[in-house]
Amino acid sequence: MEKILSLQDFVEAAAAQGMSFGAYALKAQAVELEIGESELAGQMFECVEVMRAAARSGLRGQKTRGGLAGGDAQKIFRARAQKSYINITGDIVSDAIQTALAIGEANASMGKIVAAPTAGASGVIPGVLFALEKPLGLDDAAIGKGLVVAGVIGLVIASRASLSGAVGGCQAECGSAAAMAAGAAADLAGGEPAVIAHASAIAMKAMLGLICDPVAGLVEVPCIKRNAAAAVVALTAAQMALAGIKSFIPADEVFDAMKSVGASLPPSLKETSAGGIAQAPTALAWAKEHLHAD
Amino acid sequence: MNLFDIIGPIMIGPSSSHTAGAVRLGLLARQILGEEPVKAVIDLYGSFARTCKGHGTDAALLAGLLGWRPDDGRIPRALDEAEKSGLDYSFNLAETGEFVHPNTVLFHLTGAGGRYGRIGGVSLGGGRISVNNIDGFPVELSGELNALLTMHEDRAGIVSAVSSILAEMRINIAGMRVFRRQKGGLAAMIIETDQPAGQKVRPIIAAIPGINSVRLINSIL
Ligand code: SF4
Repeated sequence: MEKILSLQDFVEAAAAQGMSFGAYALKAQAVELEIGESELAGQMFECVEVMRAAARSGLRGQKTRGGLAGGDAQKIFRARAQKSYINITGDIVSDAIQTALAIGEANASMGKIVAAPTAGASGVIPGVLFALEKPLGLDDAAIGKGLVVAGVIGLVIASRASLSGAVGGCQAECGSAAAMAAGAAADLAGGEPAVIAHASAIAMKAMLGLICDPVAGLVEVPCIKRNAAAAVVALTAAQMALAGIKSFIPADEVFDAMKSVGASLPPSLKETSAGGIAQAPTALAWAKEHLHAD
Repeated sequence: MNLFDIIGPIMIGPSSSHTAGAVRLGLLARQILGEEPVKAVIDLYGSFARTCKGHGTDAALLAGLLGWRPDDGRIPRALDEAEKSGLDYSFNLAETGEFVHPNTVLFHLTGAGGRYGRIGGVSLGGGRISVNNIDGFPVELSGELNALLTMHEDRAGIVSAVSSILAEMRINIAGMRVFRRQKGGLAAMIIETDQPAGQKVRPIIAAIPGINSVRLINSIL
């Protein structure tokens, strides 16, 4: 049994040392991993580079390997370049949507990605962090630190619940990614340690109950667009927390609730494609035509 | 579990179990064979068979057999590359299986030196895998640590002979298991070590009377 971690403990430890959550997380994780802070930062830097390349390659509009998706990131990218683009979400949210879609599509077309926390949900965190790059003036080192914050939140969730769609449904994948990204965004925007936990809790609460129902068992539909939606949930949660809005339920308790919701979900809603939209007539017809039956 | 399991691994998509895990299964099978594979007949079961194309499981398994890792950018082209490098492969998508686990593969491999190996494994999720059958021996090998694999006659003294050689060479044993089909027959032993055993160890262990073969398995993480 691995140790059960508490986000509240991290918040208190950071606050006690008068450090930001991110600075504390970097220091504590370097100790935990028995490496130097600069080596840890270097490893995160490498992840940022891979994420950036995936975000770029996902704009090329290639069909996904399974053939259910592809080209949507390019669509929004091109639409935004038009004068006629109706920008109802604003640029930051549009950026997050575009990057999350691009990485989701890069992943589904066998591109190189960083599983964060999983391959299926790999668009959420970079979607949020790259969207904040310009408005917050972040460099790659800062984004790398954001990844450490996200990673610590992910470690807490993994220890209390799960990060796997097969175990907990999509709330465990895209939901966890949203909670991780929300905390990272709040930290990069200068939120105090307690704000990070509230952001994370608010994001996860918005995702509770989300099922895993991939059409034809492929990480394409609904996964790719769900990444974009989760990124927006993360930004929403971070924005609320930065304004001083608190989660009535503490983050650790929200993660525990996610675990129990996951346990209550029937197997048909946990990656088996036996329920949800995977059983919609259109999904079944496509699967029948394209998949090897067993 | 540590931070790099959460932010990472860097991998070729789309699926940690069906793609990254499949590369690792190929990589382990290649090392267990212990020769450059020239022929591979690959049986897929469960969702490995059902979603093979969409998850690139076929390419991923071949990439592993070619010795590539899960983050190798050539993985999407592995089918072509396998052909070019003289690896003759075929896939059987099994209708029903003798296996129950959903993501199961069975490799029938022939090496450049004529060696034949039948290696079965499963992808457990999150990129973790387990090889559970080697030439009919039920085994358990995760590939997370470096390991030595021996096939030997099941008789007294062999296990301790191997471990004392490793101790002499200052290679720390992290775990050790013997698998056998029946008492006194042939046995398989998997010794996981903290340090890679290195080529020097192989002939020394192979010289122990009763040892039929020794393979070095490098960690696939
Ligand atoms: S629906 Fe399932 S496969 Fe798709 S992203 Fe969510 S958890 Fe992963």
